[in-house]
Amino acid sequence: MCFAFPDIRRALAVAQIAALAAAACVAMPGCERETRRFHKTPLEPDAREQAAAISGQQAGAPGRGMRATGSAAVYNEENAYALAQGRIWYRWFNCIGCHAQGGGGIGPALMDQNWTYGKDPDAVFVTIMDGRPNGMPSFRGRIPEEQAWELVAYVRSLSGLVSSDAATNRGDTMQGGPPEYMRKPERPEDKKGR
Amino acid sequence: MSAVLDAAGPQAAHIGALWWLTFWLCVFVFVAVMAALGWAVWRSSRRARARRNADAGAGPDVAPDLQPAAADERRLGISVAVSVAVSSLLLVGLLVASVFTDRALAHLPLDNALAVRIIAHQWWWEVVYDDPLPDHVFSTANELVVPVGRPVVVTLQADDVIHSFWVPNLHGKKDLIPGRISKIEFRADREGTWVGRCAEYCGLQHAFMAYDVVALPPDKYAAWAEHQRMPAPEPASPAAQRGRELFVTGSCMLCHAIVGTTANGRKAPDLTHIASRRHLAAGRLTNTADSLAQWIEDPQQFKPGANMPTHFLPHDDLAAVVAYLETLQ
Repeated sequence: MCFAFPDIRRALAVAQIAALAAAACVAMPGCERETRRFHKTPLEPDAREQAAAISGQQAGAPGRGMRATGSAAVYNEENAYALAQGRIWYRWFNCIGCHAQGGGGIGPALMDQNWTYGKDPDAVFVTIMDGRPNGMPSFRGRIPEEQAWELVAYVRSLSGLVSSDAATNRGDTMQGGPPEYMRKPERPEDKKGR
Repeated sequence: MSAVLDAAGPQAAHIGALWWLTFWLCVFVFVAVMAALGWAVWRSSRRARARRNADAGAGPDVAPDLQPAAADERRLGISVAVSVAVSSLLLVGLLVASVFTDRALAHLPLDNALAVRIIAHQWWWEVVYDDPLPDHVFSTANELVVPVGRPVVVTLQADDVIHSFWVPNLHGKKDLIPGRISKIEFRADREGTWVGRCAEYCGLQHAFMAYDVVALPPDKYAAWAEHQRMPAPEPASPAAQRGRELFVTGSCMLCHAIVGTTANGRKAPDLTHIASRRHLAAGRLTNTADSLAQWIEDPQQFKPGANMPTHFLPHDDLAAVVAYLETLQ
């Protein structure tokens, strides 16, 4: 009957286009979630300095060869692939040895509200790369920078600090609680007074 | 050459025999159907011509004979019944042949079998030669070497997702499933080098997940295995010594192992004898000093998504690491 009423037909067409546009908008965040960045060009601004820091094979002064801009961390925390890779490194590089599945053991728990040296991505990055007193070793020169940022994102996801639509799902191996994407943010400022 | 029909052992020969039986049966059925079709076309055009001639003679008042005679009807019924019976018999025949092939595959004599364990990873193959003596156990990657004439029992495991083990010249496919242990048994009856592949889509680099399969005479195999059990030799040149220092103090040792050094990572291929292998990165590159250097510098340009990261090593360091790895014969 539409053809009898041009107005209705036009309205229907507009409605169809609007529905399509709305669907596209809803689907759009998925693009960023799924992007996989594999090829890291060796020509980033301070790549040479970074190379020198790695080849020197020494801890060096804190922060040397380190880009503490946080941009990489923010990127990782909305990206499912980066978080999943971080989860792999967490197991491969034996973070489990001290921090277990996030609940802690020899080292502190990573899934609670307590952050001895700060919860921000930059702080966690420095903790991994330069180590901290009382046992946390320095991984500078061992773990490449990109992998360290992925690790930072995953460590933060253990206490629900990353976007839940990108955090990792239930894994095949042992897990210390509900899957990361189901965890509520555990912020130090929410801590009940003691 | 790698081919199903170029059998190098009894298992592949059984599968090849079944393949040829199926092939010739299908050829027979195809020819028979085509012949019957040709005959039907020829007969119907002849009948149409005869009917046209008859119609022209009898004039328009005579109704054409649309009903086939009762005799024709009966003949049609019989030929359809015979065709159905023959088809069913052939299909049952294939079923029986398949069952007997399976039986034959399961009856490979396994006396004095060589035990090998293969663990599939995204995207490479870890090959572990088990032995009751712990110091006889050794591990290699993307290379399966077996002795000629001795049965091999391969225990299959997967580390991450489902993969499939397939060396067409030796046996059929067998899946490797995370959390399960499966086995495949075969024997190589002649010397040769073949390519095995992952036969189950397992992610981005599934296409680059090949391995070399080499069958050696028993004495040569024993020598090879004895050599593989040796730890890495002391590097002689200063460059190689520096390369080893970089390897064991840098990020390499986090995932790779070289027996005889402090590098003991177990997440990536064991590099104790990397220079003796034909290929790098599961068949992606031919193993030369140049391709090794390119691979270390930027694995992602060859296998995007592989877990080996890009390394921004200064030129001298890269050359030193390659010089060291090239000594690992």
